[in-house]
Amino acid sequence: MSHRFRNLLGIEPLTREDIAFILEQSRPFQEIQRHPLKKLATLRGKSVVLAFFESSTRTRISFGTAASRLGADSMNLQAESSSLRKGESLIDTVKTLDAMKPDCLVMRHSSSGAPHFVQQHLEIPVINAGDGTHAHPTQALLDALTILDRKGCLDNLNVTIIGDILHSRVARSNIQLLGKFGARFTLCGPAMWLPRELETLAPPGSSIRRVSTIEDAVRDADVVMVLRVQQERLHEPALPLDDYILLYQLTPERLRLAPPGAIVMHPGPMIRGLEIDPAVADCPQSCILEQVTNGLAVRMALLFLLIGGSHEDAKDVLHAAR
Amino acid sequence: MLLVKNGRVLDPASGTDVVLDILLDSDRIAQVAPAINAPGAEVLDASGLIVAPGFIDLHCHLREPGEEYKETIETGTRAAARGGFTAVCCMPNTKPVNDNASVTRSIIERASAAGSVRVWPVGAASLGSKGEALAEIAAMKSAGIVAVSDDGRPIASAKLLRQVMDYCQSLGLPVIDHCEDASLSAGGVMREGPTSVRMGLRGIPACAESIAVARGVQIAALTGGRFHVAHLSCRESLDQVRAAKAKGLRVTCEVTPHHFTLTDEHVTGYDTRFKMNPPLASREDRDALIAGLADGSVDCIATDHAPHDAASKDVEFDKAPFGITGFETVLALALGKLVHTNRIGLMRMVELFTIGPARILGITRSVAPGELADLTLFSADHEWTFRAADSASKSRNTPFDNAAFSGGPMATIIAGKIVWRR
Repeated sequence: MSHRFRNLLGIEPLTREDIAFILEQSRPFQEIQRHPLKKLATLRGKSVVLAFFESSTRTRISFGTAASRLGADSMNLQAESSSLRKGESLIDTVKTLDAMKPDCLVMRHSSSGAPHFVQQHLEIPVINAGDGTHAHPTQALLDALTILDRKGCLDNLNVTIIGDILHSRVARSNIQLLGKFGARFTLCGPAMWLPRELETLAPPGSSIRRVSTIEDAVRDADVVMVLRVQQERLHEPALPLDDYILLYQLTPERLRLAPPGAIVMHPGPMIRGLEIDPAVADCPQSCILEQVTNGLAVRMALLFLLIGGSHEDAKDVLHAAR
Repeated sequence: MLLVKNGRVLDPASGTDVVLDILLDSDRIAQVAPAINAPGAEVLDASGLIVAPGFIDLHCHLREPGEEYKETIETGTRAAARGGFTAVCCMPNTKPVNDNASVTRSIIERASAAGSVRVWPVGAASLGSKGEALAEIAAMKSAGIVAVSDDGRPIASAKLLRQVMDYCQSLGLPVIDHCEDASLSAGGVMREGPTSVRMGLRGIPACAESIAVARGVQIAALTGGRFHVAHLSCRESLDQVRAAKAKGLRVTCEVTPHHFTLTDEHVTGYDTRFKMNPPLASREDRDALIAGLADGSVDCIATDHAPHDAASKDVEFDKAPFGITGFETVLALALGKLVHTNRIGLMRMVELFTIGPARILGITRSVAPGELADLTLFSADHEWTFRAADSASKSRNTPFDNAAFSGGPMATIIAGKIVWRR
């Protein structure tokens, strides 16, 4: 049986089975991260374009490392050196990259929907590595893998997300993914980042409520996701930093209101002392660094599935990894 | 001499709805009667068709001068003729801006040399539409403008709007405002609502429009001037126009075909052909506009025909320019979405294309002896498919490519001449 997706633009089109399949495919690649020798030859001779039109450190390095550990070459396009700076249109840039015959395009862009637009002009698979304030599907998948490791199950979780939900692609993709497994979401943050319309994002079988105090938000949480505060957004309209810290910083006292088994996640980059207290970032409930490691596994699995092919091959890799 | 025979004449000015012959003698209507005998006249058989006074489009962008790669007066007016229009009002946001009499004259000269339909320019309200100093409105009026607007953007300040409305009242010109509070809409690319939140696109709240409508209505009350709301898109704005009319203020509004047809939910695929300003609104707003078209609160249908070259639109959604083409699909959309659904009658629809805009411009439109020999012939039911590739416009930026329609334009007659015939 072959999987049915050709691109990964967002979580919305995936079924629960698709998601479970990707996570299962990620397992052997998790093991590889613990091996002394981490490099496979699975995708030798294949090449991946990493087109990061918006600057990124962790996601770009994660995809680059994932490609490298599968034996694939990567071609890098970075925002700073981009031909876009010289006035070339996105579609011309992407067609130029495509003419170098890569096997996959991994793309980050500051415009929501940019990968969807580009994909219509390409034959090769496109992986969305974050588009504007829309989606970040690989983050949601690596978060799911991390939750699965810690909680053993993705079903019917109480998930609390704190911060600038309106502008967060991480929050949107996580809502889509965990919502398919019946999550009950509690969203918390300043009112201008928490519009009523967010409640309509809940997939069937899930629910979203908005609360204004972090104490209420964490109380029944199985998972607490802390979002990065995009400082550039604080000025639109101005929200004093001190107010944000006072009202929304995840502190040890606030985390204690949650059940003892609650886990703390952060998509990074994290600013200690702003959205999260350093003591929380480093506590045993925190799985922030596991998220990073799992990012490699999930991205290896996705590159393998989209470039490498079939389920049968996947079994071979599974075997090889052991 | 042109004899239009056996058409069902729909004339909102007189309420006429009967099969009649119409004899056109050069630029005037000579006779309207059953079974006219006019030996030597060219005969156009309009059996089975509806014959209406010539349609007027109060709001379009012909892009000339300055952006001839998007549209020219020649191509734009050819598309207008194919849409059944006999006259179009072109907005001043050309390059250079139509803010002085020489630009106005050049547009009119170009239109008389290469245009298929009458072109009635709208002059800028302020110099360069920059919202600072008044444009030379009186000089433009002598050159032929029919209204003023800074369309493409709102008239920048309440104070300027007041000056313009005062001044235009003495000149007998309506003031058309693109109603938008720029501080609320800044950076927005679609209507704010569940769809914008889902798609991660920056939203423009409906009140960005209605706040500016309220400003205009109150300044119309202050000055007694004629205030026309361009491309009105939401219920709250319409309620303000209704209330203003009830108070006897000289406030009017237009609605575009896309706003009574589509909603923000159509933006789901990041397709830039659904990006325009004002953006597509909610279902509730769309339904309110249809109700307003039916109950008389809306004065006219205007296309806001806004052609863009393929390269400008083939980009990321948030980087694409606003606007879609509209001439060739508007009548079919009005028939399909308003008439065939029994929301309005044929006579009311014709009114929205004829005496509706004419009243705003302070002119008459009627199928009667002595009136302009401009007629629009259409069918209410023939099946056809619109193909953007076959459009007369230079641009293809329409969400209605390959739409199947029932009814549409069949012939356009201007000054007694058939300028287009299906």
